[in-house]
Amino acid sequence: MLLKTSGQRWVGLVISMVAMIFLACASIVYGYTETSWKMAYQAFTDFNGTNEHIIIESVRLPRALIAATVGASLAMAGVLMQTLTKNPLASPGIFGVNAGAGFAVVVAVSLFSVGSLQAYTWIAFLGAAVAAISVYVIGSTGREGLTPMKLTLAGAAIAAMFSSFTQGLLVLNEAALEQVLFWLAGSVQGRKLENLASVFPYLLAGWVAAMILSPKMNVLSMGEDVAKGLGLNTGLVKLGAGIIVIFLSGGAVAIAGPIGFIGIVVPHVARAVVGIDHRWVIPYAGLLGGMLLLVADIAARYIIMPQEIPVGVMTALIGTPFFIYIARKGFNGR
Amino acid sequence: MRKYRSFRALNGKVSFLVDQKAVNTILVLLALVVLLLILSAGLGEMKISPLSVLQVFFGGGTEMDRLVVQSFRLPRIIVALLVGMGLAVAGGILQGMIRNPLASPDILGITGGAAVAVVGFLAIFSDENNALIVSIQWLPIAAFLGALVVALLVYFLSWKNGVSPIRLVLIGIGISTLMQALTTLLMILGPIYRASQANIWITGTVHGTNWSEVRVLVPLIITLLAVAIMMARTVNIQELGDEIATGVGGRVQRQRFLLLLISTALIASSVAFAGGIGFVGLMAPHMARRLVGSAFGALLPVSALIGGILVMLADLIGRTMFSPLEVPAGVFTAAIGAPYFIFLLFKTRNQ
Repeated sequence: MLLKTSGQRWVGLVISMVAMIFLACASIVYGYTETSWKMAYQAFTDFNGTNEHIIIESVRLPRALIAATVGASLAMAGVLMQTLTKNPLASPGIFGVNAGAGFAVVVAVSLFSVGSLQAYTWIAFLGAAVAAISVYVIGSTGREGLTPMKLTLAGAAIAAMFSSFTQGLLVLNEAALEQVLFWLAGSVQGRKLENLASVFPYLLAGWVAAMILSPKMNVLSMGEDVAKGLGLNTGLVKLGAGIIVIFLSGGAVAIAGPIGFIGIVVPHVARAVVGIDHRWVIPYAGLLGGMLLLVADIAARYIIMPQEIPVGVMTALIGTPFFIYIARKGFNGR
Repeated sequence: MRKYRSFRALNGKVSFLVDQKAVNTILVLLALVVLLLILSAGLGEMKISPLSVLQVFFGGGTEMDRLVVQSFRLPRIIVALLVGMGLAVAGGILQGMIRNPLASPDILGITGGAAVAVVGFLAIFSDENNALIVSIQWLPIAAFLGALVVALLVYFLSWKNGVSPIRLVLIGIGISTLMQALTTLLMILGPIYRASQANIWITGTVHGTNWSEVRVLVPLIITLLAVAIMMARTVNIQELGDEIATGVGGRVQRQRFLLLLISTALIASSVAFAGGIGFVGLMAPHMARRLVGSAFGALLPVSALIGGILVMLADLIGRTMFSPLEVPAGVFTAAIGAPYFIFLLFKTRNQ
C-alpha cells in the first residue's frame, strides 16, 4: 500500500486527475498530423477552419475523451468483477463480454447489412449483455454457487463459442470481414462524440452506482459467510454488482470494441496504491484505467507510423505478461 | 458384470485391461467410419453410387469416377478422419491430465499459436504484389512450429515447483488471448484478401488436400496415436490427482510433461493440415465417455473414432449442403460443438 492516510489518498486522487487531464491533452496534440499545444488551444478558443483545427476538434478530441471514459469504465468493471468472483484474474474480456459483442456486431453486419458505427454501439451492447448474463448464470449454477474456476471456464467456453460463430460468419462473407476487422481488434479511433454520448449515461450511472455500492463490496470481499453474518443481502449485492459490470463493460465494448486486459491489470495497480478499501480502489482504478488507455492509444499511433496498431492489441501486449505474473503468484492460497 | 481381459506386452511396459463391451463399441464405430468413408467419397457435386465407389477402391470403376474419388475426395476424407482422431485423442488426454472436463486444445492456446504462425507466415513470405514467394507447402510446418512453441511456452510459464493443472489452464487462457490479439494485428496490417485467407485457415478446413499431405500425416498421426494409447494408463493415474498419483508410484511431473508433449504433437500436426477445427477435442472424449466409461485404455480409441467421424461428417455437410459454395468444416464442428459445450457446462455444474 503506497498511500496510507486518507489525506494522502485525497492528494493522490487530485494528482491522478491532473495527470489524466494532461494525458488527454497530450492525446489531442500528438499524432500523425503534426500539431502543437498552442494550436490545440487555439482550436478551441479561436477556431479558424484549417485542417489541423478540424482534426483536433473532430478526430482527436472525441478520441481522447473516449479513451479516457472507456479505460475508466473497464477498470472499474474489473474491480467489481474481481471482488464478485473472488478471482484476481477476472475481467470483462475473460468473461466473454467481448466475444459476445463481437458476434452481435458481425451478425448485424453480415446478415442485416448494418453499416454505421452508431448502430454497432447498440448491437454490441446487447451482445455483451447476453454473453455476460449467460456466463454468470452458467458459472453460478450448482451446489457451490459461483466458484472462480467454474466462472473462468464458463467464460472461456462462451467466448470460444461466440468467436467460432463469428469466425464462421466471416469466412462466408469477406466483405463483412473487411468492415468489422478493425472493430474486432478494439480501437478508439474514428469514433464520433455522438457514439460516446449515446452510451455515456449508462457509463456514468455505472460509475455512480459502483461508488454507492463500494462499502457493500468491502463487506462482500470478506467472504460469503461473513458477509451474510454481518447482515448483508449478498444475493442482492452480487446482482447489483453484476448489473453494473454489464453496464460498464457493455458500454465500453459498444464504443471501442473489445479491449482486453485493462480490467485485469488496473485493479491490481490500484490496490497496490491504496489497499483493499473499495471506496478508494474504485475511483483510483477509474483514473488509472483512463490514463493507461490514453497512454496505450498514444503509443499505438507511433509504433508503426504511419499505420496504427489497434489499441486493443496494445493493451494485450502490455497486459499478458502481467496476467501471467498474477496467475503464477497464485491466489486464494492456491 | 463387465468382462475384462488383460493384455500385456514388452515385459509389462504395455498393459491394458480390455473390456469386452468396449471392443464391441470400437468395432461398431469402425464399421461406421468405413460406411461414412464410402458414402462421403460418393457424395458431392458429382454423385457416385456407393457400389461404384467400392469398385474404384478395388481398382475398377470408370475413369471419371476414379479421378473424382481418388484425386479429389479421398485425400480430404482421409485427412478429415486423421485430424478428427488426433484432436479427439489430444482433447481426451488434456481433459484427463488437467482433471477438468472442459479443457480442450483451443483453451490452452495451442491452436492460437498455430494461427499466429500461419498469419505470420502469410505476411512475412509475401512480396509487394501479395504473392507468396515460398511454396504454400511450408504452411503446415509453420503452423506445427507455432503450436509447439506456444505449448512449450505455456508449460514453462506454468512451471513453479512442478506444473499444476489450474495454472496450466489460466496461463493457457492468458496466452491464447495474446495470440488472438497478435493474429488480429497481423490480419489488419495485411491486405484484406490475405486476412480472408488466414480466416479460412483459422476456422479450419480440409479443402484442397492432396495425397502428398496425406502421406505426411498418416505416419505422423498413427505413430502418435499408438504412443498415446500406450500411455493411456498414465492418464488414468493422473486423473486421481497429484497426491494419490504420487502415492501409487506415478512420476507425476514427468508423465504430465510427456502427455502434454504427445497431445501437443497431435494437435500441432492436425491443425497444421486442417487449421483450427474447434470443439472436436472437447466433444469427442465426452461422447466416448458416455459409451465406454472413463478408463483411458478404452476411452482413447473410442474418442479417436468419434472424432474422426465428427470431422468427416462436418466436411461432408460443408461441401454438400450449400453446394457449390464450400463451408469450412470448422463452422459445422462449432455449430454442433457449441451447444454441446453449454449442455456440458450445465451438467458438470455440481462438480
